[in-house]
Amino acid sequence: MSASVRTNQWLSVVGWRGLFRDRPIIPLIGLLGVLIVAIELADPGIVGPEWAGVIVRASVPLAILGGCQTLAMLTGGIDLSVAAVASMSGFVTATLLHSPGGVAQGIIVVLVVAAVAGLLNGIGIGVFRVHPLIMTLGMSFVVLGLANVWQLQNVQTGAGVPDSLRWIGSTTFADVVPYNLLVFIPLTALILVGLRRTGYGRLLYAIGDNPVAARLSGTRAWQVLIVLYVISAVMAAIAGLLISGLTNTASVSLVDASLLPSVAAAVIGGTSILGGRGGFGGTIVGALILTVLTALLTVLGLPEPSRQVLFGAIIVVVAAAYTRVTAET
Amino acid sequence: MLGTPVFAGVPSVSATGMVLMSPTTTGLLLEATGVSKTYGAVVALKSASLAVQPGEVHALMGANGAGKSTLVKILTGAIRPESGRIAVHGRERTVHSPAEARRSGLVSVYQEPSVIPDLDIRANLRLTETPLEPFRQWVHDLGLKNLDLSRLARRLPLASLRIIDLARALAIEPDVLMLDEMTAALPANLTERVLEVIGLQRGGERSVVFISHRMIEIAAVCDRATVLREGETVGVVDVTAGTEERIVELMLGSIVEGLPERAGETSTPAAGTAAPRLTVRGIAVGQKLRDASFELRSGEVLGVVALEGQGQDELFDVLSGSERPSGGELLVDGKPASFGHPADAIRAGVVYVASDRAEALLMQRSVRENIALPFITRIRRWGPIDLPAERRTVDAAVKRLQIDVRAGNEVRRLSGGNQQKVTIARWVAGGVHVLLCFDPTRGIDILTKQQIYVLLRDLAEAGAGVLLYTSELKEVQLVCDRAVVIFGGRIVKELVGAEADEAQLLRAAYHLRSGAVMPEEAAGAAVESATGDIREAGAPKDEAEIQA
Repeated sequence: MSASVRTNQWLSVVGWRGLFRDRPIIPLIGLLGVLIVAIELADPGIVGPEWAGVIVRASVPLAILGGCQTLAMLTGGIDLSVAAVASMSGFVTATLLHSPGGVAQGIIVVLVVAAVAGLLNGIGIGVFRVHPLIMTLGMSFVVLGLANVWQLQNVQTGAGVPDSLRWIGSTTFADVVPYNLLVFIPLTALILVGLRRTGYGRLLYAIGDNPVAARLSGTRAWQVLIVLYVISAVMAAIAGLLISGLTNTASVSLVDASLLPSVAAAVIGGTSILGGRGGFGGTIVGALILTVLTALLTVLGLPEPSRQVLFGAIIVVVAAAYTRVTAET
Repeated sequence: MLGTPVFAGVPSVSATGMVLMSPTTTGLLLEATGVSKTYGAVVALKSASLAVQPGEVHALMGANGAGKSTLVKILTGAIRPESGRIAVHGRERTVHSPAEARRSGLVSVYQEPSVIPDLDIRANLRLTETPLEPFRQWVHDLGLKNLDLSRLARRLPLASLRIIDLARALAIEPDVLMLDEMTAALPANLTERVLEVIGLQRGGERSVVFISHRMIEIAAVCDRATVLREGETVGVVDVTAGTEERIVELMLGSIVEGLPERAGETSTPAAGTAAPRLTVRGIAVGQKLRDASFELRSGEVLGVVALEGQGQDELFDVLSGSERPSGGELLVDGKPASFGHPADAIRAGVVYVASDRAEALLMQRSVRENIALPFITRIRRWGPIDLPAERRTVDAAVKRLQIDVRAGNEVRRLSGGNQQKVTIARWVAGGVHVLLCFDPTRGIDILTKQQIYVLLRDLAEAGAGVLLYTSELKEVQLVCDRAVVIFGGRIVKELVGAEADEAQLLRAAYHLRSGAVMPEEAAGAAVESATGDIREAGAPKDEAEIQA
């Protein structure tokens, strides 16, 4: 009898942990709620529909970049070139504003360039077995360097962020719903369904969970990885266009500061950096959490250095707590 | 030493009539009694004992999984026993760490080299406080000339590292030196030197405990042998000419009663003429696998039997597409095949069930995803999954293998037996042509084993060819139509399944002729084929045996 009682106690602990492990989104949404309450307490009256619109608008590009990390991390990799690719994308589109094909041509050019960068990442990682950290870090310098070369050769007047990008990146419907959701919602649907319901999505998890098993079952990992890093780079370019439109800025280092938050969004969202575990839903909430956290620290009126320290510390604590709670006992 | 083998139960009387059990009076160098160790439900050692006299070379014998390595690890403090007593020089010791064991005079050389690859040899020696001059002397005596101590360990060949390990152990002058499969990775000339050096240890104050799968080496250097079976010491034997048979008998024990029913009918003689599913001709992988040739026919289960490290791993790696052979030819249904990746083998219908489930399963994914994994690996299957169709296929496989999927959300929560069934279900779901099973029943319960036997027979019945490597010799008679035995990288014997009892198989696996003492000449050939660079010497004889 006592044994069965003990079993029940255990079950409740396991159930609680199981909630974190199997449905990581629920506790994350709870954390998000706590932060929103905190910000309302710090500055009563701030939280409202318009405020929510601003938060969502700022979170969308970060969530997309976090999506790049999520997909890469599912396979046990990481993509550190997303910031450079995103910056390049916004910058080059701006310089091509007055080209014959206009904005459309600019966007097509940057998506192709991003895809090539991703292809090279994928070949390096999948075929030549370079560690993803090294490969994508190297690629970020290559992309930055090429963007600088482009900048030097295309000194021109009249270049600027296209109106269409400004519209989709920064304006909102009825002052509440940001238009960048027009890009984000279809993309999210594609990723969520892709991860759950397609063979390709399953292989991302398989490679991250156990590369040997995946190989023994006939998976050629290099094919999966090449496609993965192309997708990641193209998503990064899309995020870059939105950020450029949001900030009305075109610079070769515009997105640099978002690189580590993109990793943090994925990790806070419950994606394991070791691979095989996680998903995009958590990353979206992770991006929202980071954005609200930034807003909270701003509202508190702390000086910039203290804000950075707190921001970093909170990310580490959340990630560590999360790992502890979800770890197998 | 007396010439006749003496069976010694536990407690026992040694050949010289001394009672082994009273430590203070016998002058035994090392004595272990009643040592046991379990890993979860797996009993590695039940009740092992070992008594080593000063000045002897003592063999520790036993079939795969009998517990030899576990006993050595306990004696040298690498793992802790659950119970048992260890006495050195008649004084009881508790050995909690390798360092402590070393202070007690117990040192072992394991199967794998124990050097740090990114340090040079001198730094490695310093780590273990090995005196340099004796080390140099031993290296020289062991036949490793011109060893440059400033070379990185990783740049040295495996054989040199084994010699360095041995010299390092000898240099600190241990009372008892334990060698676990020391000679497995050595070429013939170095093996000879090692055996010579070990032989020189005889008669002095010190002793050697020697583990080897090569009966000929045991016969060459050992005075006595302790035989383990299923974690128990079943006898102590004086090693003289002709004791090989006795040792094999002890390793086998009395034939186990209550064997499970033979799983289904073996093929009729007509199956002997059935179309070959898989034809293997002269497949070789470096020095490990020298010449494997056999046919796997439709409708049969072909057993593969070998001691550890005789080339069976390489054979299965080649057949499953994980490794390219260095020579030979492979035909699937009579058509030449060349596998550069497991995907190639799977496409040709050759699928592989590994014994290590951690290698084959996505532990964090569901049963369903694990079983369906092979369906989605090809690029044209990367798109949307037809979930209802997948569910039907997976459910059918789950039902056929009677997998308990109550904890099916994550495969790691399943029992070992259920996990193994999932790895098989993966291939059964897609239809089996040629099934390669590498020790599929290792560490799983008897009921699941029985189910797997029946399944393998059913698959063969349905026209598949099944290649089954097993470390449980009983399985051969239960499941296999035929069996081949690999020794030293060659197939040395082929037997009919029904006749392949454990005794026959074990003799063949140790490369002994049944019922006869190994003749000098054959013994020499065995050492060559097991160790040497000489390729031709053993070959004609082996082939003649296969014909027979």
